[in-house]
Amino acid sequence: MINYFSDFSALRKNLKSDIRNFPVIKVALVSDAATQFLKTGIKGVGIERGFNIDLFEADFNQVERQLLDLNSELFQYNPEFIIIFQSAHKLLNKYNSISEVNKSNLAIKRIEFLESACKNLNSKVIILNYPEIDDGIFGSYHSKLQHSFLYQIRMLNFELMKLSQLYSNLYICDISSIQNIIGSEKMFDSSVYVTTEMVFSIESIPIISSRILDIISAIKGKFKKCIILDLDNTLWGGIIGDDGIENIQLGHEIGIGKAFTEFQCWIKKLKNRGIIIAICSKNNEETAKEPFLNHPDMILRLEDISVFIANWENKADNIRVIQSILNIGFDSMVFIDDNPFERKIVRDIIPEITVPEMPDDPAEYLETLYGLNLFETSSISNADSIRTEQYQIESKRLLLSKQFTNEIDFLYSLEMKCTVLPFNTFNIPRVAQLSQRSNQFNLRTVRYSEGDIENISSNINYQGFSFTLEDNLGGHGLICCVILEKKDTDVLFIDNWFMSCRVLKRTMEVFTLNTIIDYANQNGFSLIRGEYIPTAKNEIVANLFDSLGFVRVSNGEKQLFELDVKNHTKKETCIKIKHI
Amino acid sequence: MNKEEILEKIQSIFRSILDNDDLIIDYKTTSNDIEEWDSLTHIQLIVAIEKTFQIKFTSKEIHEWKDVEEMIESMKQKL
Repeated sequence: MINYFSDFSALRKNLKSDIRNFPVIKVALVSDAATQFLKTGIKGVGIERGFNIDLFEADFNQVERQLLDLNSELFQYNPEFIIIFQSAHKLLNKYNSISEVNKSNLAIKRIEFLESACKNLNSKVIILNYPEIDDGIFGSYHSKLQHSFLYQIRMLNFELMKLSQLYSNLYICDISSIQNIIGSEKMFDSSVYVTTEMVFSIESIPIISSRILDIISAIKGKFKKCIILDLDNTLWGGIIGDDGIENIQLGHEIGIGKAFTEFQCWIKKLKNRGIIIAICSKNNEETAKEPFLNHPDMILRLEDISVFIANWENKADNIRVIQSILNIGFDSMVFIDDNPFERKIVRDIIPEITVPEMPDDPAEYLETLYGLNLFETSSISNADSIRTEQYQIESKRLLLSKQFTNEIDFLYSLEMKCTVLPFNTFNIPRVAQLSQRSNQFNLRTVRYSEGDIENISSNINYQGFSFTLEDNLGGHGLICCVILEKKDTDVLFIDNWFMSCRVLKRTMEVFTLNTIIDYANQNGFSLIRGEYIPTAKNEIVANLFDSLGFVRVSNGEKQLFELDVKNHTKKETCIKIKHI
Repeated sequence: MNKEEILEKIQSIFRSILDNDDLIIDYKTTSNDIEEWDSLTHIQLIVAIEKTFQIKFTSKEIHEWKDVEEMIESMKQKL
């Protein structure tokens, strides 16, 4: 597993590359162990992910002071992320030095401390959990004794998960599960530990750093949304075109069929979580679809697949087609194929896409994919589970639109209705998630956590709106948000405006602006100001303000636009407001 | 493998870890002689040597070497 990650010396070399154009992220690392190697690892993996990690390393062994003293260097640094790493070895040292009663309360005391730290901090907090150490004092009897070390460390890991449910700014980086994969012998280097204060082996630094960056990337909006699958020898054993439906290996009776069935179960769980499933196979379409329709042991069915492409074209071209239908970035896609040749072509032609090296033996597919942690997320909402259905409805809409010659007629025929609501406990998770997922229609690309949105909804200087769209074919869900800041009694500033690309070209932009204008009129604001901050991905909204009737007031460093509320004539929208 | 051969092999490891292609080490070289050879790079050197030669040093050995020659002596016993 370790071989799937860059080795430490490669990460160290990354630090020399030119990253002046990379976005800077301020991260603080607070630890009771020596963290020089971990620091290099985090910065090095950060560069692989396109981030310039500005890392503040607190003085060694000052966790309590740094986190609880509001005047500490840590608070002065004001990081976006704080990584807290208290090592299991240091915890064991502490355990060794205290009474039996205190041993029984070790986990609870640590949790109380971390909870008070979380309350103090506005930053996003990433706590590394505790890889298990069995000191062997009680043998297997440890399970009956609350004061055994293993009992305490497991309790601590469990309580950390519960704590992260209470604090939306808290994320747990599960390095204990990394130790389960690579083993404590690889995770921990006794001779390094004894001679220094470092607990991780050099070999394990890349995978640990990668797991930390997975969390940071997901919060910053870089995560996977779609998995593209090959069919023959990936989803089933054998070649459907040659072997026929009755001879492919699938299910528990035939050959290595079990490996493929369990692999499909994993894909199905991803789909239920909201990952889009697409098929890209070199086959005749009818032959390729037959198992999905008629094989009793197929777990995946056609209704699980958002885009199904089977033909004899080159796979990179087919993946481009899939991308154009789904309208998401290549860097949010994973391509799985058993054939090294296909993997190489796709990787060469579309370098942004993630193409994991698959083991030769299908029995090993799952363990490999488990360890890569490709599908990190920083939020889960109800919208995830119905995403496949929405993409299927979307293809129906595409078909329907071809029956109309006039686009406006088509849009009216959809009978679109939109619900407008301020942020509330029901929509906050989805609002935060949309801010993280939207890369294209996102004017200032400010990412908000659930905690940020909660703060905005209770701050009288801000007004947020969420937009939920439906039409006569089905619901789109919550697809657009604006966050308005009341700069003074006259000026409303659009702190951000982001929208799902699924609803582009529906006059949703006009509907949204009209909502902002109504709000401005009702509350005495005469000017609406907006800003466009260009990124590599939001080119499609570069001219949004111009097209909606704003006047460009600054063209230099900042692209600012203003709209005079009194003298603006509302544009036509095909969407009606839905009152609830 | 004799001492000369070991020296030649670890020289290239030193060069890569310490990031200095012109570095020349001899038996009497110590960490005081090389700017980049500090406690951190020391660990990286050990891990790289262990990996290349498929050996494992004890923590006592890591602690006690006074110069490159003593390092090579403990390697010779394991090869």
